[in-house]
Amino acid sequence: MEPKIEQNNPKPKKRFELPFHIVKRSNLPLKQKILIYAAALVGGLLLSALICGEFAGKNPFSFFGLLFKGCFGTERKRWLLFTETALLLGTSMALIPSFKMRFWNLGGNGQILVGSLSAYSIAYFLGSKLPEGVLISLMFAAAVASGILWAIIPAIFKAFFGTNETLFTLMMNYIAAGLVLYCRASWIKSGSGQFPTLSAGILPKLYNDKLITILVFFLLAAVMFVYLKYSKHGYEISVVGESENTAKYIGINVKRVILRTMVLSGAIAGLVGFFLIAQTGQGLSPDITNNRGFTAIMTSWLAAFDLPVTVLTCLFIAFITKGMEQVRSGFGFTNDSISKIVIGLVYFCVISCAFFVNYKIVFRKKEGK
Amino acid sequence: MFKKILSISLALLMVVGCLASFAACKNNGEKEVKFDAVPLAELKTALICLHGDNSTYDKNFIDAFKTACKNKGLTEAQYTIVTDIPEGEACYNKAAEFADDGYNLVFADSFGHEPYMLKAAKEFKNVRFCHATGTKAHTENVANYSNAFASIYEGRYLAGVAAGLKLVELYGDANGSVSDANAKIGYVGAWPYAEVISGYTSFYLGVKSVVANATMEVRYTNSWYDETAEKTTAQALIATGCKLISQHADSMGAPTACEEAGVPNVSYNGATNTTTFVIASKINWVPYFEYAIDCVVEGKKIDADYTGTIGTGSVEITAVGAAAAAGTQAKLDAKKAELANGLKVFDCSTFTVKNAKAYTGEFSKSACITMDAEGHLTAYTADVDDAGDYVPETNVIKTENGVTYFAESALRSAPYFDVIIDGITVVE
Repeated sequence: MEPKIEQNNPKPKKRFELPFHIVKRSNLPLKQKILIYAAALVGGLLLSALICGEFAGKNPFSFFGLLFKGCFGTERKRWLLFTETALLLGTSMALIPSFKMRFWNLGGNGQILVGSLSAYSIAYFLGSKLPEGVLISLMFAAAVASGILWAIIPAIFKAFFGTNETLFTLMMNYIAAGLVLYCRASWIKSGSGQFPTLSAGILPKLYNDKLITILVFFLLAAVMFVYLKYSKHGYEISVVGESENTAKYIGINVKRVILRTMVLSGAIAGLVGFFLIAQTGQGLSPDITNNRGFTAIMTSWLAAFDLPVTVLTCLFIAFITKGMEQVRSGFGFTNDSISKIVIGLVYFCVISCAFFVNYKIVFRKKEGK
Repeated sequence: MFKKILSISLALLMVVGCLASFAACKNNGEKEVKFDAVPLAELKTALICLHGDNSTYDKNFIDAFKTACKNKGLTEAQYTIVTDIPEGEACYNKAAEFADDGYNLVFADSFGHEPYMLKAAKEFKNVRFCHATGTKAHTENVANYSNAFASIYEGRYLAGVAAGLKLVELYGDANGSVSDANAKIGYVGAWPYAEVISGYTSFYLGVKSVVANATMEVRYTNSWYDETAEKTTAQALIATGCKLISQHADSMGAPTACEEAGVPNVSYNGATNTTTFVIASKINWVPYFEYAIDCVVEGKKIDADYTGTIGTGSVEITAVGAAAAAGTQAKLDAKKAELANGLKVFDCSTFTVKNAKAYTGEFSKSACITMDAEGHLTAYTADVDDAGDYVPETNVIKTENGVTYFAESALRSAPYFDVIIDGITVVE
């Protein structure tokens, strides 16, 4: 039995051609870049306003009023906006050095969380036994040390055994969360699952309980900017990021750079964890990080790891987050699904417009003309 | 000359001030706290929720809050609901933002919100802060801070009666008795603390009042809202031979597991629209919200501890579901009347605590328990004053009209019944 061979000669088809093609562009002027991003942002917000208005059955344009009211409506709201910006900036700074050397550190959440756990446990157990100054210094040291520990473990494995750092740092997040749950189960005897608020180990107020946090992270951002841009360390980080072989060839000890940079990353994450606790003495919880470890990946990427731009992206995301809280209650949404969709949509518009920054679409001229 | 006059007048002012404050002290002795009355048209109130309306627990608050505000004639601009506020500094920030925006009355619905609501209450003296399920109002003495709960154990007891009737319908012999193997029920609890323990004990006692040999297995999810954990826990309970499942956790996890396995389910916070749904108990928060609004309008202090009852309309059971046994409604009506006439759910003669001592470690209550030869409680010290020390200090066993009972929610609104009684097994 021979298979029947189909003698089917198709007619020569005209090749289908897209009416446009995509061209890489280089060195788009800054003005145009800003225009593209602004257009994306406005487009995303307009779309969000329409969606929110549609679901709530309200005037979509009150969306913008609420968004601004939620961020700037009162003095407290403005302070909260900048505190959130500072914390996001801190977390971004913990990620940027490692990202710059192409070490994909997804462990921000875990590093912050162990920082908070250490700071909290010191205040919880030694709060009444030590003078406030000593206590806070100890909390600070412990938070930074544990942040470093959580970052250096995956770094050692990456540097010496070539382990995949993405998965490793990600898994460290779960271990940190599990550790907090374990401590909660064994320390909180009432079984209520609530860590109490602290009565000692709270930073002194400077004007209010938010200014110190804001100052620390903005000053740190200035230092980090200089460190990454003008120091030898910063240069080594970017060479390792460009090409490990080049780094080796010009005599950079790659292992040492990886370890040193991750110590820095972990220390800053631990610092964020410290401030989450010591700023107001709030109780510890596994979600105290509010997922900033992941949000900061976006703020850093959007800014292409450029620190001054990161300040802007952090402010932008803090603005959307705080503003949407107001929209949610103002529009009468009784769960956060719509607001999650909207935030995702705005992110999507802003991120996807990077395409138009890097490429342009050229339309084909019609034939015969 | 000018300075002299100034100093004399200042001195005079101080004397007057001292006298005035003495007079004020005298007034304070009567503990009469007054607030400025707020006209209803100017009142603004807000509700802070841990989750959104996709959690049955929060939905119960959200719906009641809207109903109460509408009943009182508040316009939409006068009330606000914020959802998904975690149990941390975020709760204080929200409460403070409401105070800044001129709100007069702020509620929060989750246990862990308490320290942050209290912090806000101490800062904004003119704003009333009400916190459901909290424990600290009666010891903190902050005039504008209040706790609220309901004697939900009565509702759970009634739901337990319906569950018992279901067991009899399914497995009862001619005399209505159920074999030990078929008299085993399961309970998915959130956290191992008083609110949950009180809930499942009253439910179990309701079942036991119908099926005397009933036993119950309890497993915790260690979360108030974890759909997957609640579902798998319910499935595990069904696998160990539990013939009926109830739960005290906020998702649809357990009802869904029951629906899939065809096991009857007694729910909480509202009907579940499943074919295996027997009945649900719930706290109706409308009476409390209306009471609090009235207090603000009249300038009165809100009770530091408000315990809603069946009488106030705060404790409710839903209409019987598709899976309920025939005649359940009539039996429940009779039981409800008995409760109104003074039937005690935690009547110490109906349960024993011989094995309570077996629970060692953190949850050992042996030092607090005094019992008679048969194992009935005669005295029990509970941690009513929640000073964060976990030290029980108050005897909560009372005798009234010849009935010795555990006085739940009488000394503070939030439950404090935390004994594991005989017949209940906790699987950790």
